Amino acid sequence: MSERAEQRGRWASRAVQALFLVALISLWAFATTWGHVSPILLPNPLAVLHELIDVLKTGEFVGDLRVTLTELAVAFAISAIAGTIVGYLISRSAYAIKVFEPLMAGIYSIPIILFLPLYVLFFGLGPPSKIALGTTISFFPIALNTIAGFGYIDKIFTVSALSMGASNYQLFRFVLLPAAFPVILTGLRMGFTVALLAILGSETIASLAGLGHRIVHLAESMDMARMFAYITFAVAIAASLNAVVSSLEAKGKR
Amino acid sequence: MTDVAAVRVQGVSHQFGEQGGTRYVRALLDTSLDIRRGELLCLIGPSGCGKSTLLSIMGGLLEPATGTVEVGNQRVRGPMPREIAFVFQENALFPWSTVIENIRLGMMFQGVRRAEREKRAQQALAAVGLMDFADYYPGQLSGGMRQRAALARALSLETGILLMDEPFGALDEQTRMVLGEDLSVLLSRTDKTIVFVTHSLGEAVFLADRVAVFSARPGTIKEMIEVDEPHPRKPEFITSEKFTRIRNRLYSLLHDEIRKSVSESAASARVAADTSGRRAEP
Repeated sequence: MSERAEQRGRWASRAVQALFLVALISLWAFATTWGHVSPILLPNPLAVLHELIDVLKTGEFVGDLRVTLTELAVAFAISAIAGTIVGYLISRSAYAIKVFEPLMAGIYSIPIILFLPLYVLFFGLGPPSKIALGTTISFFPIALNTIAGFGYIDKIFTVSALSMGASNYQLFRFVLLPAAFPVILTGLRMGFTVALLAILGSETIASLAGLGHRIVHLAESMDMARMFAYITFAVAIAASLNAVVSSLEAKGKR
Repeated sequence: MTDVAAVRVQGVSHQFGEQGGTRYVRALLDTSLDIRRGELLCLIGPSGCGKSTLLSIMGGLLEPATGTVEVGNQRVRGPMPREIAFVFQENALFPWSTVIENIRLGMMFQGVRRAEREKRAQQALAAVGLMDFADYYPGQLSGGMRQRAALARALSLETGILLMDEPFGALDEQTRMVLGEDLSVLLSRTDKTIVFVTHSLGEAVFLADRVAVFSARPGTIKEMIEVDEPHPRKPEFITSEKFTRIRNRLYSLLHDEIRKSVSESAASARVAADTSGRRAEP
């Protein structure tokens, strides 16, 4: 396929995606305007838009957004540092990899969200319990990818660097680190995504503030249009954060 | 020979794994060898005969179980980046760096001053004809070009000794031939001592001043064959009567050893099949 045809193909699939979303929202509008769908269950999209504009205009969201983003930043910072350090230390020994890699993969595969009640008991209803959950969930993909990144480097790279006289520091800085970096970066991106998911989710279950908390609060007071406005807002925030992280990942891999 | 050998291998034996263990392999048996200054010596032999093992031991990448290697009266106890450079079979270039970065990195590891690196990198690229590909990543190059780049990296280190472990082993026949010719030209201009491991009889005869023929595992040098033909060698050498005669001699020496090593590995495979199949039988 020529580059131009490829470009055209990409635009075509973008157009179909946009069209699909438009169709979905139209269906939503149609069903709520003429389709006898209770506005308690599904508010009209225009009403949601109206509420969304109000939320943005009044700046009411700032406090909750700040709580959620702070929780995310702290959780991700802890798990990124701890995950890469623990992963690196494990990757130094073939025996440690054999022991800990399956163990971590096993723990990672259980639904860690189940620890939330425990964390609420330990750390209370405030941000610390969300941070603890976000950290726990994002630690594993980061640590596992760091192990994979450092642990499975082709031996020929190490051997040839040593044959040319590389010191231990040079071996790490110019061979091991660049070899492992793309894999670690993928782990960090995965960790970020699951941390965001866990924090928003846990805010909806037991919390005092945050975007998730606000959404549940609005649902409980039957303020459906405003709740949908907040969901839209949270989705937009999450999508743009993930887009930023993915583009950082792509940039770091080049 | 009155002058000191460039590399002196004395009574080197090596094995992998523990004696009695299932993975125990005696790779090399009591091998001694003097490599003359400035010659190109080819090591040839059946698979698993220990020729690559010997190369690693010579370069200090592997500690021999017994025996010693000396480079210029100095005992080899680890890598000697100032004296010895390696070219490996393939993919030993760092894929995250461009060709010229790979070359600079090697010199940095070796301890060459920054100002000197650039000059030498350009020279090495010119020597292998890769000037226009300095900023390419290894993944963007063909296998033959990658090996040229690996050779350039080794040349830039300006060591007296070059150890090449089947450097053209993964390439197709035509590319091999061209690279072999270029290597012969390149070497005629330097006084490097080169040890070259290969599977290819033609490559060995075309490149080598001497060919060391290995016996089947546990390997040791069975015979040393001289190839009395000045470098750089012309493509016409391949069709000459002398080439054919030496190649045939090599072939007959190797043929028996290869048979031996194949029947041995078939026998051990049969033993393994017997022991694993025993339980399944009624």
